[in-house]
Parts: sequence; structure tokens; C-alpha cells
Amino acid sequence: MASDKRVDEIIDRYKGEEGFLIQLLLDIQNEFNWIPKEAILRISTRLQIPLSHIYRVVSFYKVLNLKPIGRHVIQVCLGTACHVRGGPRILDAVENTLGIKAGMTTGDMKFTVKRVNCIGCCALGPVMVIDNDYHCKLTPAGIKDILARYD
Amino acid sequence: MARINSPAELERLREEIVAKRDPEKPCIAICAGTGCIALGCHRVIAAFREGLKEHGLENDVEIRETGCPGFCEKGTIVVIYPEGICYLQVQPEDVPEIISETIKEKKIIDRLLYTDPKTGEKAIRESEIPFYKYQKRLLIGNNIKIDSKNIEDYIAIGGYRALSTVLFERTPEQVIEEVKSSKLRGRGGGGFPTGRKWESTRNAAEEPKYVIVNCDEGDPGAFMDRALMEGNPHSVLEGLAIGAYAIGAHEGFIYVRQEYPLAVENVTIAIKHAEDYGLIGENILGSGFDFKVTVHRGAGAFVSGESSALMNALEGKVGEPRPKYVHTSDSGIWDKPSDLNNVETWANVPLIINNGADWFASIGTEGSKGTKIFSLVGKVNNTGLVEVPMGITLGDIIYKIGGGIPGDKKFKAVQTGGPSGGCIPEQYLDTPVDFDELTKLGSMMGSGGMIVMDEDTCMVDVARYFVDFLCDESCGKCVPCREGLKRLREILNRIVEGKGKEGDIELLEEIARVMKAASLCALGTTAANPVLTTIRYFSDEYEAHIKAKRCPALACKNLISYYIDPNECKACLRCLKSCPVDAVIGGKKLIHVIDQSKCTKCGSCLDVCPPKFGAVKKISGEPVPPPLPEEERKLASSTRKKGAGK
Repeated sequence: MASDKRVDEIIDRYKGEEGFLIQLLLDIQNEFNWIPKEAILRISTRLQIPLSHIYRVVSFYKVLNLKPIGRHVIQVCLGTACHVRGGPRILDAVENTLGIKAGMTTGDMKFTVKRVNCIGCCALGPVMVIDNDYHCKLTPAGIKDILARYD
Repeated sequence: MARINSPAELERLREEIVAKRDPEKPCIAICAGTGCIALGCHRVIAAFREGLKEHGLENDVEIRETGCPGFCEKGTIVVIYPEGICYLQVQPEDVPEIISETIKEKKIIDRLLYTDPKTGEKAIRESEIPFYKYQKRLLIGNNIKIDSKNIEDYIAIGGYRALSTVLFERTPEQVIEEVKSSKLRGRGGGGFPTGRKWESTRNAAEEPKYVIVNCDEGDPGAFMDRALMEGNPHSVLEGLAIGAYAIGAHEGFIYVRQEYPLAVENVTIAIKHAEDYGLIGENILGSGFDFKVTVHRGAGAFVSGESSALMNALEGKVGEPRPKYVHTSDSGIWDKPSDLNNVETWANVPLIINNGADWFASIGTEGSKGTKIFSLVGKVNNTGLVEVPMGITLGDIIYKIGGGIPGDKKFKAVQTGGPSGGCIPEQYLDTPVDFDELTKLGSMMGSGGMIVMDEDTCMVDVARYFVDFLCDESCGKCVPCREGLKRLREILNRIVEGKGKEGDIELLEEIARVMKAASLCALGTTAANPVLTTIRYFSDEYEAHIKAKRCPALACKNLISYYIDPNECKACLRCLKSCPVDAVIGGKKLIHVIDQSKCTKCGSCLDVCPPKFGAVKKISGEPVPPPLPEEERKLASSTRKKGAGK
């Protein structure tokens, strides 16, 4: 859980800076993998930012998660280049293999699947990124083996 | 490192850097951009380091990890200097041979060279490869020459000379005049004259003023800014500092989307190094000019790439646009005059200062000057980043540079301008690429995505794709965009599902008109462009979906079926084994049949059916032939005649 101490350390990094809220939230997410309610409350109290404002920001930006996510995050790219090269079939294969839909996390908290709108690796589509590993020129048949490499 | 306090000291440092480098010393340049990382370049780099050590060559041969040279299709790319030998698709297994043959013996390894698919001819150097031959790589060409994390590499090729020139030899007004007469136009999509934008910001009454780099490259299918920011961040930083001086700003922001972690890393390092050398920060080069730069990470919102929305995001707020009857040049971030330009625009600035406005204006067409980087992707042989002079034709980019369409498929359209752009059909392939010509066709230049589509791409599905994308990304602040997109999506979904009705096309056009007239920002006013251009050029595909319930490209899932031709099936079991839902019925020497009620249309059976059999077929707009009666499915090995079982 998000301890106040760890949240405080992150808040202190941005002391005196204007316009830092999104940067701070990104750091919170990097630290905890999501944005816990406790962290939002703490930011609000310490920085005197209304809760509603923080919530609005967190819910607006796609990268910020209001729910805990799996140990491995699978981002399936559905940018235009990946779309025309069969990206939707890759997403289907990932969803069918894991038995969940995009935006969801497996029951054992192992994988979270996200569909993303372009990660800028367009020349090598279709592409998916698991954690920090890029997998490119994918075929639906190869998905199972790739997912099996993660534990 | 020591701070540089004058232009003379900068030149002295440059001479020192160049002097201590031996141009004859072998150097292995390896692309370490995101594309090649995806292809495993880090293993190649590790293999080179280890191999050189084994041969005792670690001090005699340099390894340079560079930014993206563009030819992503053929990564990992390795260029060996001083000869400039270009090896493609290098794997870690190739490294020992490269060291023992090319580095030690100076012999070229033929199989790693580019081979022309038509003539079989080999190309040794980059400049001989057709993909590069027709390009004019003023911006991206330096990527392979420098280690993006090393400021000395940038200084060695003339870096920061332009900044030093403007600070000591030009007034801010002269700099603006120079940029104006170069006729540089914004590379982010709008194409607004950069010099005029700078001038308005300079002339705005309020102080302080701000300059901003937009690297929130959200257009799907585009990654030029990523390659520049990762590969040559100092060129952007130098352009930004020149702009700040011209405009009278002392603070700048670089907004990079969070999805580009390497770009964030490299530009952060670049700023640190530039500050250490006194090229950014207080009293730059002893000129008395101060300029501070901060990097901001985006948090994933396409609409935040719009200038007023991006400024909101920089303030830590929700990245929504606002009406722009007051320009951001008058009232931008924190209501102060702000100039925002795209990464590629900023990177052009040092070139203009170093070579002069006349030189820059001599490249390109009447209304569009200089070069433009495109990300050439989709159904094209040579995918990657291409930098071309404005005015080259679409056809030359796709066929001469891109090498045409893979698998002898037929070209159908090229999509430019991202979700605000449109699809351009074959009859316009000889159109010169410039801001105005592409707009005339109902598309736009945009930031430079160029997605090639072949006969297998359904144009109605492409329109639906973009509308779906924008529905997801619309901030929802204004009604025409928010509701208009939803209705467009509803109608297009209906059409691709085979439930389209008479009058749907007219309805799409009507909604598009309202969105164009009444939306708050460019996301909404241009959102219908992909729909309108596909209706304009591919109305027959819309008609086929609506009237005949047929997808001519055989792409729309609800309108197609997979079917195994009993005359071609050799009962090889491949499709049966690959089917994830066990919809293929059959067995050894039993002709396979697809159970249509189980089939999810994933297409795995078609993927694995050997082309020499070609038994699995996709059909649309016609009923699936009834399955062969069970008693007729036995395959009498080689004696079975064609047409048996009918």
C-alpha cells in the first residue's frame, strides 16, 4: 500500500515548481504501478489541491491507472500502421489466450492488457510491448508462445 | 567538462574534439533507436563489445550507439566506418564474422549487404541503396553519425555554431527575418509560417514569454519526432534556444509523450550536457542571454498535442483545448505569450541559420520549402523513415523509395495526415507532396504519417478505425465533436457489420459538415476527413457493404466467411491444429471442413494453409457452399481426381 512517507518523498521532488501535478502523478504511478486513493488524498492535503481536480486529471490521462494493474502490462498497438497489418487480430489472440478483454487484468494479477494508439514503432507492425520488451512483426499464431515466457 | 564562455572557445573545443579523433580509426555505428531495439540491437551491441575484447581490439575500434537512420524494415542496421559499409538485418550470430572479416581483413560480407529484390545487385554503402538514394536527409542523415547521448559528437559535426552566430552576430529581429524569408512552415500538421508565429509572440505585449517543443507525437503511424528526439536531441535544443533568443523568451518546455521513454531519457541527458558546457542556462556562451529548459512527460492523451491543450497540460491541468480567438502567441501558458512548434520545425532552424534562408528556400516547391520526414509504413516493402524534398511525388516515395507493395498485391490508397487526413487513391500518385497539394485532395500533410494500403485493406473499415480512434481521444468538451464522432461511429459500425441502410452515406456527410463548422479545435473540425475522403474516392466500397452486404477487400469480419475448398484440401492437418476454437473438422486423409457455427474468423487457418494448396478461402457476399457429406471426405491419397466430391 501507498505509505505517506513514499508519497511525501515524491511530492518533495517538485517543491516550488509550477504545473508539476501530472509529473508527480506519473512518478507515483512508477512507484506503485497505479494511483492509490491514499496517494491522491495525501497530495490533496499536503498541496491544498482540491480532490476533484486531482481526480479529474487522473481520470483524463490514459497512462494513469485508478486500479491496481498486473505484474506484466501488455500494450497491443492499434495505430494505423499496425491496424492495416493485422493489429486487431493480434489483440484478439491476446484476449482469447488470456480470457480477458483489453482494459482488464487477469484474476491472478499476472497480466493487464491495454490497447494503445501507436507507440511509434510503426515500421515493424503489428507490435506489442510487454513491460519494456518490444515484440514486432507478430502473427496471431505466435502469441501464445510469447505470453508463456512471462511468469 | 569546462564551461564555454565565448564563440572562440566553442570553435576551439570543436577543433580539439575533431583533432583527437582519427578519421581512419574503424568505427562500428549501430542503430540503437526504438525500432532496432525491438529487433534486438542490444544483443548485437553486446556481441560486438565482447567480440572486440576477445580479439584485443577494444581500444582500436570504436562502437557508436546511434539514433535511427530510418530503414527500420532492415534493422538491426550496422555501418562500418571509415569505409561506410552498410550491413542490414544483423544478428548477434553475424558479429564474429564481421569482426574477423570486415574489421580485421577489410573484406565485405556479401550476404549482409542490401540486395535489390529485382536485379539481385548488391549495395555496399547507404548512398547506393535505393531506399536512401532518392532521399535528401538534411535532418535525419546525421543520426547515424552521432551518439545521441554524447554532446561532443554533435559539436564535432558543427553543432551549436548556429546558436553562437545568432547570439553574437544577429539581432532577434534579424533572426526572425531570416526564418521568415526561409518560408519554413510548421511541421506538426498546420503548416503555419514559423517566422510569423515567432514574430507575433515577440510583438505580444506581456512578459515573460515562453517557447515550447511539441513532441506529443500522437498521430498513429507517425514516428519522425521520436527518431529526431531520440537520435539527435541537440539539434532540437539548439533550434529551440535560437527561437527563444529571437522571441525574447528565457524559459522553454519540451513536452514528450510518456510512450517515448528513450526520447525522454536522451533529451534529458542532452539538456544536462548543454548546461554543463554553458550552451543552455545562464549567460550562454558569455552572451548575457539566459535560457532554461524543462522536460515534461505527457500522460497519454492524443488531444493534448493540440497547442492550447498542450499548454494546459504543461500547467498540470487536464489537456483540453480552448477556443483560440485569442492566439497562444498572445496568451498561452499561464496566460503569457507562448510559441509552440513541432520537433521537426525546431530541428530545421539551425540548418537555416548555418546555410542561409535562400539555401533553404531553394529546396522544395513554391509554397512548401525544405524537406519533410515521412514515416512510410503499412503495406509497403521498405518501411521506415524517409526524408524527401517537398515536391517529390507520392508515387516516387512509395515505389522508388518504398520499393512498392509486398507480395505483388495491388496498391489501393495512401493515408496521410493521421486522423485529420485522408486516403488518396491511385490516380493521384503523381501529386507532388506539399502542404497545399495534399489539402486539395481532401487530405493534408499532417505531421508526416504515410500509411500505404493494398487491395486487402477495406476503406470503410479504415474510416471506422479513425473514427473509433478519435471517439476514444475526443476530450468531450464540445458537443459537435463528442456527439458527432459517436454517431459517425454508430453508422460506420453498422455498415461494416452488414447492417447499413440506404441514406447512411448522406447521413455521414451531413454530420461531417456540422462537425467541420462547429467543433472547438482541429481534432473535431478535421475528424470527418477520413470518412469524407473514403466516401469521395471509394464510394463503391461503401455501396457494396450497404447494398450487397459484401466487403470487397474481404476484411470486415461480419461480412466474410472462411471456407475450405474440398478440391484443394490435402488434409495436411495444419489448419485443424492451428484453429484456436476447434472449428476445423477432419483428420488424417479426411478432407477438412470448417464448422461455421464455431468459427470466430480469426484467420489462423488461412495463415497456415500452404500456398501450394491454397485450400482455405475467404468469401464475402455469397453463401458458404454446404459442407461435403461426411462419407465423401475420405481422401484417396494421390488417386483423387480434381473435382471429386462435388
